Amino acid sequence: MLNETNDEETATMKFTLSWLKDHLDTDASLDEIVEKLTLIGLEVEGVHNPAEALKPFTIARVVAARPHPNADRLKVLTVDSGSGEPLQIVCGAPNAREGLVGVLARPGAYVPGIDLTLSIGKIRDVESFGMMCSERELELSDEHTGIIDLPSDAPVGQSFAAYAGLDDPVIEIGLTPNRPDCTGVHGIARDLAAAGLGKLKEGRVAPIETSGACPVDVRLDFGDTPSLCPAFALRLVRGVKNGPSPKWLQKRLTAIGLRPINALVDITNYVTFDRGRPLHVFDAAKVKGDLVVRRGRDGEEVLALNEKTYTVDDSVCVIADENGLESIAGIMGGEHTGCDENTTDVLLESALWDAFNIAQTGRKLGINSDARYRFERGVDPNYCLPGLEQGTRMILDLCGGTPTEHVLAGAIPDSEFTIDFPYSEVKRLSGLSLTPPEIKGILTRLGFWVAGSGDTVKVAPPSWRPDIEGKADLVEEVMRIAGVDLIPSTPLSRGTHVGQKVLTTGQIRRNHARRALAVRGLKEAVTWSFISREQAEAFDGGASVLKLANPISSDMSDMRPSLIPGLAAAAQRNADRGYADVALFEIGQVFADDTPEGQAMVAAGIRKGTAIMSGAGRHWSGNAPEVTVFDARADAEAVLAAIGAPVDKLMVFAEAPSWYHPGRSGELRLGPKTVLARFGELHPGLLEKLDIDGPVAAFEVFVDAVPEAKAKASRSKGALQISELMPVRRDFAFIVDAGLSAEKLLKAARGAEKQLIADVSLFDVYAGKGVPDGKKSLAIDVTLQPRQKTLTDEEIDAVSARIVAAVEKATGGTLRG
Amino acid sequence: MSELETLESDILAAISAADTEAQLEEVRVAALGKKGSVSEKLKTLGRMSPEERQVMGPAINGLKARITDALGTRKDVLKDAALSARLEADRVDVTMPLRRPPAEEGRIHPVSQVIDELTAIFADMGFAIAEGPDIETDHFNFTALNFPVGHPAREMHDTFFFDPKENGERMLLRTHTSPVQIRTMTSQQPPIRVIIPGRTYRCDSDQTHTPMFHQVEGLVIDKESHIGHLKWILEEFCKAFFEVDNVKMRFRPSFFPFTEPSMEVDVGCDRSGDEIRIGEGNDWLEILGCGMVHPNVIRNCGLDPDEYQGFAWGMGIDRIAMLKYGMPDLRAFFDADVRWLDHYGFRPLDMPTLFGGLSR
Repeated sequence: MLNETNDEETATMKFTLSWLKDHLDTDASLDEIVEKLTLIGLEVEGVHNPAEALKPFTIARVVAARPHPNADRLKVLTVDSGSGEPLQIVCGAPNAREGLVGVLARPGAYVPGIDLTLSIGKIRDVESFGMMCSERELELSDEHTGIIDLPSDAPVGQSFAAYAGLDDPVIEIGLTPNRPDCTGVHGIARDLAAAGLGKLKEGRVAPIETSGACPVDVRLDFGDTPSLCPAFALRLVRGVKNGPSPKWLQKRLTAIGLRPINALVDITNYVTFDRGRPLHVFDAAKVKGDLVVRRGRDGEEVLALNEKTYTVDDSVCVIADENGLESIAGIMGGEHTGCDENTTDVLLESALWDAFNIAQTGRKLGINSDARYRFERGVDPNYCLPGLEQGTRMILDLCGGTPTEHVLAGAIPDSEFTIDFPYSEVKRLSGLSLTPPEIKGILTRLGFWVAGSGDTVKVAPPSWRPDIEGKADLVEEVMRIAGVDLIPSTPLSRGTHVGQKVLTTGQIRRNHARRALAVRGLKEAVTWSFISREQAEAFDGGASVLKLANPISSDMSDMRPSLIPGLAAAAQRNADRGYADVALFEIGQVFADDTPEGQAMVAAGIRKGTAIMSGAGRHWSGNAPEVTVFDARADAEAVLAAIGAPVDKLMVFAEAPSWYHPGRSGELRLGPKTVLARFGELHPGLLEKLDIDGPVAAFEVFVDAVPEAKAKASRSKGALQISELMPVRRDFAFIVDAGLSAEKLLKAARGAEKQLIADVSLFDVYAGKGVPDGKKSLAIDVTLQPRQKTLTDEEIDAVSARIVAAVEKATGGTLRG
Repeated sequence: MSELETLESDILAAISAADTEAQLEEVRVAALGKKGSVSEKLKTLGRMSPEERQVMGPAINGLKARITDALGTRKDVLKDAALSARLEADRVDVTMPLRRPPAEEGRIHPVSQVIDELTAIFADMGFAIAEGPDIETDHFNFTALNFPVGHPAREMHDTFFFDPKENGERMLLRTHTSPVQIRTMTSQQPPIRVIIPGRTYRCDSDQTHTPMFHQVEGLVIDKESHIGHLKWILEEFCKAFFEVDNVKMRFRPSFFPFTEPSMEVDVGCDRSGDEIRIGEGNDWLEILGCGMVHPNVIRNCGLDPDEYQGFAWGMGIDRIAMLKYGMPDLRAFFDADVRWLDHYGFRPLDMPTLFGGLSR
């Protein structure tokens, strides 16, 4: 489950309440609207009312403006705030004059544009009881040449924000990628209307009178490659007057974070957000010849409206004229043909683009634009031409001019299809009990066409819902509009049995290994599955199939062949923080190749410094010695015992891979081949290479390698056989070669008399005075357990003789006199 | 004073004066030994006349008995004193600190503990634990899960890839545990109830993201399970996991490629203190995504979506661990700082169970 949101996938859409109400006839409060939006899947991420910050600012009139006695550029104003005594305010604005109606901030008000809370001040010895503000001081614009100059009939004493229409909350919603229709305010209004929060206003565009054909032609030229542009509509509007757009339009764009440019550009942005229909304008005077829509050619460059130059290739769709590239199709227009205040003839474009290609191009060029955001989700094909009409209408209304007929290259694709929809699907998938008329009502209000009257109807999704594929999508529409809250929580059947074992052998083993190691004082770590190449190679890893193509850093480039490097590095990090003696373990996956079978589970651990099981460091009861191979072997054997390995059948081999100390390491095997564990002190050369302070004792237990226990017919442990007779113990010491493995001697002793010998333990190892050079003395304690009757001295002597003979034969040693 | 009386008082004085068992033994030998003073007196009895013996016999034997008693009494006193002295000499400072026992020193990582908690809860509802490989194919991680070609998650920007093979196939590190849904549905027959905990990977590294993290996913496939059941499971899970009596939950319609309908789930919480408290308060916190398994996904697993249905949900294990146990920083999960492990880790014998409580 991708339950984390991806920035590119879920981006936000902003609009104001008044804008929404252009499309939705509703009495609902802001809170109701916000709550409903979230519940129907248009998650509100924020509501911001700019009027909140402007609360302290009121409209005031300057009654008198006198020169400041001590400063040429300052004036001393007498201001009528609409209540109480007139205020004396020192002001430096050149446009401050008697009769001006402006915006007043009084002491105590926070002025956002200068990040200051006002107090009564003294400016050049004249007291000032407030401030007349500029637009920049209120963060309304960058305007700071003078203070705000309102019409003289502006109501003195009233809230400036309310008067200026700034009391218009901005709502920001997180849009999932399946909802291109809600990249326009109209689509959001439709959802709210369907959910019962008012009535959708259709907002038809008044018809446009055109005059003549468009003189610029459009050609789609994709040769024999797939077309990236299903349709491209274009129209010329002659004789426009371009300049700043009207205040209401600027206000809406500013509110949602867009910078007003000029009327023509603002109109395209407005329609983009109003209907999710991006438009583009070209200054016709700067376009040479006809427009060609085609793939880019390797190395072609285009200077985009963001003043950056982009190099394209044949995966990028472009719009070109005889001068070259003019636009990155569907993503960003070009600077060369941009509209400014000198534009008199404008070409208006409304096109459809290949959504996949737009997403790819946007990502490749690193451009996030409002047009890309919509085209990559899928723009309503049926609004391609109405969108052109809407844009034209606005141009005529705001800039005047005469439109030509439009030219259409390509064709509007037919997106219609129907879904056979049994009403029972709603109940089957959602658990929601709704009547057919209720279901039909919801779908119809969302713009779906529903035909038929039986239990199964035909449903055609509207052109603005490219995400709808089948029945489950329709259930989702019904469910989200009706309300997920209506679905009753329904207990899952629990079956008729007591719960059974659910874990696999591997899972049980890992659990047991984990608790067994923690009981031995090791702390469980979770380290990265990827390590550096150097670490991987030091542990026989580094295979090319396990190398990431795009690692996040060179420390995390290769899938780990062993848990030891990560643990050793972790131990060193602790040492660098002042904790040199640590015992850590991890139970996790290691990788031999990139197949599922190449991934194995390992329980591994390390003890560093003096971190032996009974505790590290100095202590009054005795200081801990440095860790050795035996600490590691003890951990490995404890894990094997805990996970049910046949411990009595394990054999210790003094062989281990290169990362271990060759003389202080070994393997625990079942038979000569099956390695269940490795243990030892890490090789000093390796520690030096990886910059780790030793000593480090490490073990690796291959939990999956332990054979599955045979299924038992019964849980019975069998009868306990214990003897009433006292066991007899005898000690023996043998002089053997120094290189002899103790295991060999013990095995020989154990095998000397299987009936009687219950246990053999090694209790002393000695070399030095009294033992010849190259030899050592091994002392063992043999326990004899009589079965039927007490042993006679003769019987004990006979067994002893057999033990001595067996050991001497197997080891070449001699009984120590 | 008679001779006997003098002897008795001398011996009794010597007994009292003996400070050690050895000195006392000397006194005993001097009095009662073969040639002891009392023994010598006893020997004189044989030479006496019967009349004398009648008088002296009881007197000397009485003396012997009294001396013997006095020796015994004195011996007990000396023995007690010697023991007391030895015990006093054996005295140690019992306040000296001991080493921490290994079982107290060891720790279970919060991720493991939380997986055990999840296992306890879901095993009770009849769920098994499914697992799958970390290195996945594009098919299992994306295609079979109904990710469209060109989905941003399929880019190198988001997903760790390995180099392409000769046949063009490109292995990747799974970005979610959902491929195991596919592996489960294609390897066993419904009814299916599994949870899928595991490591997942995305190219992300900042304050709140790590390139490796843990997810748990749930999957139910049968012929009847719907969103009502999903709501019940998640409500029961949240109460059990966060160990609170009530959890306010909000299901918001959302979008994922592999579920339809899809929802995101918020839990009620209180953010007014230093830590987020789940279950109370007026704030919401998004904790998981869920939905009915998309018909295309069911179909991709060889099942008929008109016959089989079910749901899936997924959430971050690290994240719910952080919420429950008040751990502020995700990155610390993978740093193995022993101070962090000591503080946030769990004792080895604290095994989460429903009968004994998930945590203490």
